[in-house]
Amino acid sequence: MAHAYTPGLRVAERTLLRKERRLPLPGTVMVKEGDQVNADQVVAKTDLPGNVQPINVANLLSIEPVDIKEFMLKEEGDAIEKDEPLARSAGFFGMFKNTYKSSVSGTVESISDVTGQVLIREAPIPVEVQAYIDGVVTEVFSNEGVAVETTASFIQGIFGLGGEAYGELAMACSGPDEILTEAGIDEGCRGKVLVGGSLIELTALRKAVKLGAKGVVVGGFNNQDVKEILGYDLGVAITGAEDMGTTLMITEGFGKIGMAERTFQLLKNLEGKRASINGATQIRAGVIRPEVVIPLQKAVDKKEVQEKRAASEGLVIGSQVRLIRQPYFGMMAEVTGLPAPLQELPTEGKVRVLEVKLESGDKVIMPRANVELIER
Amino acid sequence: MTEDLKNIKSVLATDCGSTTTKAILIEKRDDEYRLIVRGEAPTTVEAPVEDVTRGALNAIREVEELSGRTLLDGEKIITPQEGDRGSDLFLSTSSAGGGLQMMVTGVVKSMTAESAERAALGAGAIVMDVLASNDGRLPHQRIERIRHLRPDMILLSGGIDGGTISHVVELAELIEAANPQPRLGIGYQLPVIYAGNKEAAQNIEKILQDKTSLDVVDNLRPVLERENLGPAREKIHDLFMEHVMAQAPGYNKLMSWTDVPIMPTPGAVGSIIQTIAAVEKIQVVGVDIGGATTDIFSVFQNKFNRTVSANLGMSYSVSNVLAEAGMDNVMRWVPFEMGEADLRDRIGNKMIRPTTVPQTLEELMIEQAIAREALRLAFIQHKSFAVGLKGVQQDRNISDTFDQTASGQTLVNMMTLDMLVGSGGVLSHAPRRQQAAFMLIDSFLPEGITQLAVDSIFMMPQLGVLSTVHKQAATEVFTNDCLIRLGTCIAPVGAGKSNKPCMKISIKVPGGESVEREVMPGDLFVIPAPHGEPIPIWVEPARGFDMGAGKGKKVETQVHGGVVGIVVDARGRRPFELPVDRAERVKKLREWNKIMDAYPE
Repeated sequence: MAHAYTPGLRVAERTLLRKERRLPLPGTVMVKEGDQVNADQVVAKTDLPGNVQPINVANLLSIEPVDIKEFMLKEEGDAIEKDEPLARSAGFFGMFKNTYKSSVSGTVESISDVTGQVLIREAPIPVEVQAYIDGVVTEVFSNEGVAVETTASFIQGIFGLGGEAYGELAMACSGPDEILTEAGIDEGCRGKVLVGGSLIELTALRKAVKLGAKGVVVGGFNNQDVKEILGYDLGVAITGAEDMGTTLMITEGFGKIGMAERTFQLLKNLEGKRASINGATQIRAGVIRPEVVIPLQKAVDKKEVQEKRAASEGLVIGSQVRLIRQPYFGMMAEVTGLPAPLQELPTEGKVRVLEVKLESGDKVIMPRANVELIER
Repeated sequence: MTEDLKNIKSVLATDCGSTTTKAILIEKRDDEYRLIVRGEAPTTVEAPVEDVTRGALNAIREVEELSGRTLLDGEKIITPQEGDRGSDLFLSTSSAGGGLQMMVTGVVKSMTAESAERAALGAGAIVMDVLASNDGRLPHQRIERIRHLRPDMILLSGGIDGGTISHVVELAELIEAANPQPRLGIGYQLPVIYAGNKEAAQNIEKILQDKTSLDVVDNLRPVLERENLGPAREKIHDLFMEHVMAQAPGYNKLMSWTDVPIMPTPGAVGSIIQTIAAVEKIQVVGVDIGGATTDIFSVFQNKFNRTVSANLGMSYSVSNVLAEAGMDNVMRWVPFEMGEADLRDRIGNKMIRPTTVPQTLEELMIEQAIAREALRLAFIQHKSFAVGLKGVQQDRNISDTFDQTASGQTLVNMMTLDMLVGSGGVLSHAPRRQQAAFMLIDSFLPEGITQLAVDSIFMMPQLGVLSTVHKQAATEVFTNDCLIRLGTCIAPVGAGKSNKPCMKISIKVPGGESVEREVMPGDLFVIPAPHGEPIPIWVEPARGFDMGAGKGKKVETQVHGGVVGIVVDARGRRPFELPVDRAERVKKLREWNKIMDAYPE
């Protein structure tokens, strides 16, 4: 029998994860190999030169450019604070002196007696990269960044919005089929990564954003609401840069779909632990799926984790699958048969199928393409 | 090549699409090459198996199971044939890389950057971001953006000819600093097209030559008042087709297995369409609708044109069809009542799980509704590309920068079109051929007399690549097993009163039905007529209606039957309109589906 492969999202109770964290420009790595780091810890940083603000002091004080240095209260290289006097005119017989106060903080970079212009360089702009996950630095890329590894529970979602965030995992629903409504969101969600059930309503998500929730993990979300939030139809699924304030990860799909029991239970067991969430999704060859990482305390053997994963590839009798198309969309099942001949569907189309046992105990025939392997 | 061409007894060929990988086995039987069996499996570009060869092996294993013949030795394709094991040739085409997502850059956001964006959009790309010197972002933010988005290609423009050099060079330096890693991994250089100030070209080459695959084309805004989008647009299109769409994780491994280089799918299908036009001496439009792209080919006045609408497709790009066509346009083809939110969810779910297939009739109807819009939009793009004169510059005022019109006159003439050929999953695998015929008619709106055909099991890509090494095998399989003649569409063009006939028609099907009747505007009917002998037909359009000879002028010719028959479609052309009222529209769609015998009762 042919080995049947199917795309599968990972829901791993314990796995070894490695994340590379790199600066966009060369800079300084702040940690060393072997260091324990927290998700929000800066592991590498660099400074971009601050913006330059030109101020034509000669014009502002009605003086000749050539005389500017006489009236300057600061010299080149001096630091200056916002609203601190930068230059002062001589006035009329010592009266009616005119003072120019700096509009920005920074350093006086140059004073031109040709144009009468003073350049103030604002403070350097720090560019930082955080660790993203609690873990151990296992590799340092000189001047660029680090690799952080951790043993963690790892849950991939099917689609997400928003970028990296961190917070304590908090259950906002008591069961995987419950809908997360506005009433289910309160002040306590601030700084948390909330776990919902089958759907989060738009009003609830907006409230979570308003109250400062860091993230939401939920089974489903209405596609219409994606348009509402973004303000446009999402043509291709390339996300992660949305500035929503709260990162969203859906585990099952669009619409109301109960979160897989196993995913929900895993998250429930981890309530209170720190989680890292990233909504970035790219659905095209070279797929990127959103994720939640919950670092665990105990380390595991690298080999054990990798071998376990390799063995889980492929669809065989007994595989746990998620049914991903109507009329069974969202249901969980176990593969009970992989017949070779093509079979006819209600559409009259003939495809390769498999037989699955639903949680209700009923056995149904599905196209092989319409199931998703639950990876452990 | 593993065997002398004359001795080739069997051919195994795969086509790695963005969503599905198809494998076919061809054998020489009784001195003729025939298709033996076909297998398919989801394309594997996502964990746990990010490697296209895995999907190819799965599809081949299916061929093994269905044919009872051993083709693989473990994970190795057996070539040449040894006894009844293996095959003499292994070939492949690929479009596994999916759609085209680009970043564009320019100096001034509202000027060159905007022109660059238009060039990319015109080539069918999704523009992920527009970087401009004055976009208010800091350099590191731009670099992060490039890294995060992993564009398939970058169009670098900026500066009019003789204008700024430093700003354009700065943009190139940003790209260099970002050192963009394309999503398809190691060993593949990111294509960058430079279409800016020609005086900066040398500097750009110096900066980007080694780190990217750089192409320099004419400035897309040579002077402020004039845009010249053609060269950049065409280069984007060509690079996408030749280099980006075929790429996928595991591509190099697949390449090492094949006996001849892997061909991009549109290249392969294009060569088949050209062959049809040449052999039958006709004007042809062909379409291959895939998961990420829809490729259209045409031969008019002996000129071949090919377009790849990079983000119109049935899986990865299905949400983009909705975004581009709009909800109303998709909904107008759904033959039952359903809520917009429900439709939007179903489309979204197909996008995020692209390899699924419709399991219920309702789902099938929804997919075929979306397909009509994907085909319609791709054809609009094709018409704008398939023009008589290329590279015509277009004068633009700064005030009309938002208004884009195509240059040149399109070569596509639906009235002189002889044959419309469909390929791709949604057309070839439509459970009833009537569905494929109806989708082609609704989306292309053929005029006058047009023959319809469909790729039987979606194997034109494989036959296209086969034709480059073994023309005889490709031709024999194409004629015997690939091209399914659906029949002919007869559609008058024009306007008249709804209560007066638009034409009279007389058809005598050899050994079958004879029909002589008046046709009223809005009529749709099918005359059963199998493919075989040409069928004499006589059509006299009413005044104001055209059947190809001019308004009101009689046409007497021969047409071809097929598995669907002769479809007389007087529902209207230029314009074709559906009822606006939802209930009335659903009723009409159901009525038409029944006439076409498109779906089970």
